[in-house]
Amino acid sequence: MIFLRRFAARIVGHAIRIFARAITAVRADWQGIEPLPRQRVYFANHTSNGDMPMIWASLPPALRREVRPVAAADYWLKNKLRAFVGPEVFNCVLVDRRPEVKDKPMDKIIAALDEGASLIIFPEGNRNMTEDPLLPFKAGLYNMGLARPDIDLVPTWVANLNTIMPKGEVIPLPLICTVTFGAPIHVKAGEDKDAFLARASSALVALAPEVTP
Amino acid sequence: MSPTTVDILLLAFGSFGILIGLTFIGEVLRARQTPGTTNPVLETFMTRIQSWWGMVAFVGGALLLGKVGVMILFAFCSFAALREFLTLTAKAQADHKSLALAFFVVLPLQYVFVGMGWTGMYTVFIPVYAFLLLPIMSALRGNADRFLVRVAETQWALMIAVFCVSHVPALINLDLGQSSDRSVLMIAFLVMVVQFGDLLEYFFGRRIGRHKIAPGLSPKTREGMFCGVISAMCIGALLHWITPFGILGAAGMAGAASLVGMLGSLVFAAIKRDRGVKDWSHLIPGQGGFVDQLDSVIFAAPIFYHLTAYFYG
Repeated sequence: MIFLRRFAARIVGHAIRIFARAITAVRADWQGIEPLPRQRVYFANHTSNGDMPMIWASLPPALRREVRPVAAADYWLKNKLRAFVGPEVFNCVLVDRRPEVKDKPMDKIIAALDEGASLIIFPEGNRNMTEDPLLPFKAGLYNMGLARPDIDLVPTWVANLNTIMPKGEVIPLPLICTVTFGAPIHVKAGEDKDAFLARASSALVALAPEVTP
Repeated sequence: MSPTTVDILLLAFGSFGILIGLTFIGEVLRARQTPGTTNPVLETFMTRIQSWWGMVAFVGGALLLGKVGVMILFAFCSFAALREFLTLTAKAQADHKSLALAFFVVLPLQYVFVGMGWTGMYTVFIPVYAFLLLPIMSALRGNADRFLVRVAETQWALMIAVFCVSHVPALINLDLGQSSDRSVLMIAFLVMVVQFGDLLEYFFGRRIGRHKIAPGLSPKTREGMFCGVISAMCIGALLHWITPFGILGAAGMAGAASLVGMLGSLVFAAIKRDRGVKDWSHLIPGQGGFVDQLDSVIFAAPIFYHLTAYFYG
């Protein structure tokens, strides 16, 4: 049974990747960092529910096998299908954002890092519905950079997804999506939280392609 | 084998022969370079030749499959071109439904109409029905911000990527007073004269080009274009046996298609420059996108279609 579920998860994973490629021709653009199988935390902008699958699909197979997206438990455990896709296909680290739970998100994230996994996180915390390129970052990125200073924090810009699949629409538009990976950053010795988050945020915004429609 | 099949195979093998020759020349030039240096013109030339191999294989295969193969190939090209074009245009969430209609309804329907041979429909479907209906869809969502820019750019994308591209397979529908399956050869004629004209325009432009046609937009020169069009006319004359045009007619039609195509690629260069991109996408390695590869054929197709219908239909 376990074996069957794993097999199904791999098939669904391939199907999602092929679908993402066919619709958006998604491409990874590696600027300032090479696609090597090292432990990394990819931190990305968040405008659409498609962001995470898109980053996941754009990674080369060796990196995709090692990567675990950090995602909200309340979203991915809502029904049986999501509970299969989130934890089993994408191998998500599910975190509970409610303040009353004992199981703190950062503990689970650090545990996943200590097992050797790379992570995909969205430091804005929520989908960005504003005109601004990014919402203010939550402290999580700083805390994991401080706790495990050797791990590369890689800014990852997902372009166009808010137009491909905006909130409230059912049919995705087939437009071209590019995922840009920038030069990694680390928490510097003595750097305080706000200064680091500002630096991380500007490193991410700098990757946004300059197209003037 | 029918005579048409034989002709398609002859053209395909002829093209492969030319490509083998060009690949050979390129490799010899490469081998004769001083070691450690690369000539960017030669490298561009070689990547073009490489994507040409793919094009000849795809177009040849589609022509051999007949009408259905041709429709599927060009519908796919339209899809890829529309995706590249609409990625760069102005749009808002209010346009989501009309853009989805453009991709998933307008595009397939246009190819169904072309496949049915319903001339009265496929020549007006996008310029009339889509032109009027899609802005209605956008207006119903009640967002007036940059409305005219949004609907105009969407319509432009549809005209270029779907309407114009679909006029290549539409050549099948022309009744040119010959056995009906020979119309498929008109596609080979158009694509070959336009693309070979482009290739030679590039070659001569680099060799003897002096006066730029549109400085700041494109490296195209008057000398290059003149030689390119003359070359296209020669190739057209050589290929006259697959057309109902006769030798002089074939040269004239080839020259007209090639000239319109070259000027069309200037238009695309202007759009790219305006949007600040170098290529339309990354989908064809070393080439850019489908629109980069097809730009001159896109402009030449409707003109070639209507000239043929007018003079020979």
